[in-house]
Amino acid sequence: MANLTSNFIGIKSPNPFWLASAPPTDKEYNVRRAYEAGWGGVVWKTLGAEGPPVVNVNGPRYGVIHGADRRVLGINNIELITDRPLEVNLREIKSVKRDYPDRALVVSLMVPCDEDSWKAILARVEDTGADGVELNFGCPHGMAERGMGSAVGQVPEYIEMVTRWVKQHSRMPCIVKLTPNITDIRKPAEAAKRGGADAVSLINTINSITSVDLDDFAPEPKIDGKGTHGGYCGPAVKPIALNMVAEIARSPATAGLPISGIGGVTTWRDAAEFMALGAGNVQVCTAAMTYGFKVVQEMISGLSDYMDRKGFTSTADLVGRAVPNVTDWQYLNLNYVTKAVINQDDCIKCGRCYAACEDTSHQAIAMSPDRVFTVKDEECVACNLCVDVCPVENCITMKELPKGAVDPRTGQVVGDYANWTTHPNNPSAQAAE
Amino acid sequence: MTNSQLTPGVVPGRLTAESYCQNFADVAPPLDGHEARVAADRCYFCHDAPCVTACPTAIDIPLFIRQIATGTPEAAAKTILSQNILGGMCARVCPTENLCEGSCVRETAEGQPVQIGALQRFATDTLMAANAHPFARATPTGKSVAVVGAGPAGLACAHRLAMRGHDVTIYESRPKPGGLNEYGIASYKAPGGFARAEVDWLMQIGGISVVENWQLGRAGDGTLDDLLARHAAVFLGMGLAGVNALRIPGEDRDHVTPATDFIAELRQAADLAALPVGRDVVVIGGGMTAVDAAVQAKLLGAENVTIVYRRSQADMPASRHEQDHATAAGVRIIANAMPVAIHGNGAVREVEFAYTRPGPEGIERLPETFRLKADQCFKAIGQTLEGTPEAIRIAGGKIWIEHSGRTSLSRVWAGGDCALGGDDLTVTAVAQGRDAAEDIHTFLMGA
Ligand SMILES: Cc1cc2nc3c(=O)[nH]c(=O)nc-3n(C[C@H](O)[C@H](O)[C@H](O)COP(=O)(O)OP(=O)(O)OC[C@H]3O[C@@H](n4cnc5c(N)ncnc54)[C@H](O)[C@@H]3O)c2cc1C
Ligand SMILES: Cc1cc2nc3c(=O)[nH]c(=O)nc-3n(C[C@H](O)[C@H](O)[C@H](O)COP(=O)(O)O)c2cc1C
Ligand code: SF4
Repeated sequence: MANLTSNFIGIKSPNPFWLASAPPTDKEYNVRRAYEAGWGGVVWKTLGAEGPPVVNVNGPRYGVIHGADRRVLGINNIELITDRPLEVNLREIKSVKRDYPDRALVVSLMVPCDEDSWKAILARVEDTGADGVELNFGCPHGMAERGMGSAVGQVPEYIEMVTRWVKQHSRMPCIVKLTPNITDIRKPAEAAKRGGADAVSLINTINSITSVDLDDFAPEPKIDGKGTHGGYCGPAVKPIALNMVAEIARSPATAGLPISGIGGVTTWRDAAEFMALGAGNVQVCTAAMTYGFKVVQEMISGLSDYMDRKGFTSTADLVGRAVPNVTDWQYLNLNYVTKAVINQDDCIKCGRCYAACEDTSHQAIAMSPDRVFTVKDEECVACNLCVDVCPVENCITMKELPKGAVDPRTGQVVGDYANWTTHPNNPSAQAAE
Repeated sequence: MTNSQLTPGVVPGRLTAESYCQNFADVAPPLDGHEARVAADRCYFCHDAPCVTACPTAIDIPLFIRQIATGTPEAAAKTILSQNILGGMCARVCPTENLCEGSCVRETAEGQPVQIGALQRFATDTLMAANAHPFARATPTGKSVAVVGAGPAGLACAHRLAMRGHDVTIYESRPKPGGLNEYGIASYKAPGGFARAEVDWLMQIGGISVVENWQLGRAGDGTLDDLLARHAAVFLGMGLAGVNALRIPGEDRDHVTPATDFIAELRQAADLAALPVGRDVVVIGGGMTAVDAAVQAKLLGAENVTIVYRRSQADMPASRHEQDHATAAGVRIIANAMPVAIHGNGAVREVEFAYTRPGPEGIERLPETFRLKADQCFKAIGQTLEGTPEAIRIAGGKIWIEHSGRTSLSRVWAGGDCALGGDDLTVTAVAQGRDAAEDIHTFLMGA
């Protein structure tokens, strides 16, 4: 069993798996059971300002995208922040933290955009003994219409301003949670850093409509015949989240800023991928909502086995390890030439590679009358699509042509590393040194 | 229940009313909506899919499964029925393990094919439950075609001709249409009067009339020339009406009958408890008919049922799946033994067999023999062509046809079990009937 203990901006937890601020962390009953199930930490469901709590819709709040066999690939929601009174939440936070001192407990906050509101709530949170705060600048529905959540997260100046207030009025570590509903994730991350944030967490949910009722002609989830966009999360958003994490991790302006990775983490492998791209820990919502708190046990055993296999003695050995290999397109080696190879022993003759290659663009797979599929090296552009659509793992693989070999498609000899910046077809090519 | 499984002789009522119900219920219950979705999700939507090639009627299987997966089973049914109008029956009776499912790539990958037959049934049942007929007749052509035999071949031919706008008269020697769907298929494969319901549904296309109790060649009914005089074309789909004889001493003893007669009687029985069956039943043969007779005798309450086949078990024409079905029902299979005599006093008491082995000129009889106790013996060693017009060319015991279904006689087509080229399956009969109809249509419209 590898050592999974995590120290994220000074907040210690027995493992890097935290529950994200969401329904699974909305009350004491849940959080206690989550800790018992093995979660290293939780970010409490977002608290609002003093006064009458927000209200939620009383009809359905979730829309869903299913894969084969009704596997949940993505969920969207139109839920707001906690609809329970502030005092109740604060009392419960205090009680849980007292009983689980070794677990991380961070409190998510969203109050109106003025200094007094933030100052007021920070003092009360500090009093609970919580380990830190997370500023919810991400919620894309409902709260944004009231000038909070993603309405703040979409304006870097606001992010910086509020973060500064928080750091001014509290000694607690401060995580700024970013919304993905913007064009360049680096800008809000930079603003958070300027404001003094200890870390950023991302992503919050993505603006979305999951489906349309084709009898009532209304988006889902629909409330009395009408619907509104919701926030998308779950396995479907992971690729978007991974890219955003990587962008922040590799940008010189934000390099080294601790990141809490969120978005579609479902298995240990997802978590490890976020961490390899620079996340110090991960937060999980949809997987727990879909399968229950127990999923963390697979994450713990899987990450531990992986680290043992790799000889990693701490999660720090993994964090950021893939960041140097994330680059811009222009630096990719154009002299790296591969060809698809179909293993005839594993082939089940479904012909999906043929349909994909034939109808996509390249016509690089030949099909014999008795359904033997072979790659035509002189046509294969190495796009990898056949590998992706083949239902049998590892039946089709990409084989690298050795240096000096002739690519039968282009007739050119495979040479040393060379990229677009020096390519003759590039109008602004710099001469190679 | 006056009798039991142990009562000697050929007697009715060996079981409780409940057991008859259970024994003759749907052998493969239908998928519900959820099961169908799960099963449909497994299809890979193969390119130029092997299952389509393996289907004698070339149903676009990946397409109809995708239509089920997207919640449109009626569209799926139309995809099926446009190639195979008896897709409902075929979903129940096709030996899919040798056809579509046998070639499914997931059979190769995991030994577990997509449940194509069950999905086909789901789609066609959904459509037929709504009593919808998705095809319409073309403008009537005023041409008239005679179809002899209302089995799968004749029905498929008639439907396609009617769809093309021709008027069709089916001449059928039995009192009911359906052919072996009505009189042959094992009852647990298509319970609940499905064969009849399917024919009624098929007839909704319009333009088809059926003359029952009319036998080609029988005095008073009519000849091929009569039909050719009245119709522009004739399709022969008369199946195999005769049965092969054993040609051994004692064959004429009581309770030695063709298996097909027993099955037909069973299929038409209003009350299975009234149907007599032996305590010790011996079935001679190795095909689907032998298996169906044996299994159903067992289900009627026979104590011991034995199938005896003259070649090895691997050579049996019945598929492995059917053999397993028989043995699971408690039927014993003895291979490499041929019947040599039927003993008894009036009725059969024992059947005597000689062991065989394969030799250079077919099977060789060995000197060793054995006898099986029997109070009923079913012959299931093959059906034969019967009642064909003199003039027509016969090859290999079947009506000679070209690929298009044309026979040696002008304006006469044939298909199904009576004709060359099929596999004596419902689905091949449908394919041949349909294809002959298209050729007849071309002929009629060109003329
Ligand atoms: C016991 C048994 C079980 C079977 N089980 C299966 C199975 O599970 N799956 C499968 O795919 N196949 C099965 N088959 C085979 C299948 O039933 C046949 O291949 C199929 O029915 C052939 O269709 P057909 O239209 O050519 O002939 P038939 O179904 O035999 O129809 C011919 C029709 O012509 C009529 N007819 C005959 N002579 C005349 C005449 N002179 N004048 C007028 N009408 C006439 C007959 O009464 C009959 O209605 C089975 C066959 C038998 C015998
Ligand atoms: C029903 C629901 C409610 C949520 N509420 C909050 C919230 O109050 N505060 C917050 O910061 N994020 C909220 N989120 C966003 C999650 O914390 C998380 O960022 C997002 O779901 C992506 O992670 P996942 O793919 O693991 O679900 C909510 C998500 C869901 C599904
Ligand atoms: S890698 Fe792309 S081009 Fe090459 S065979 Fe596969 S699908 Fe075709």
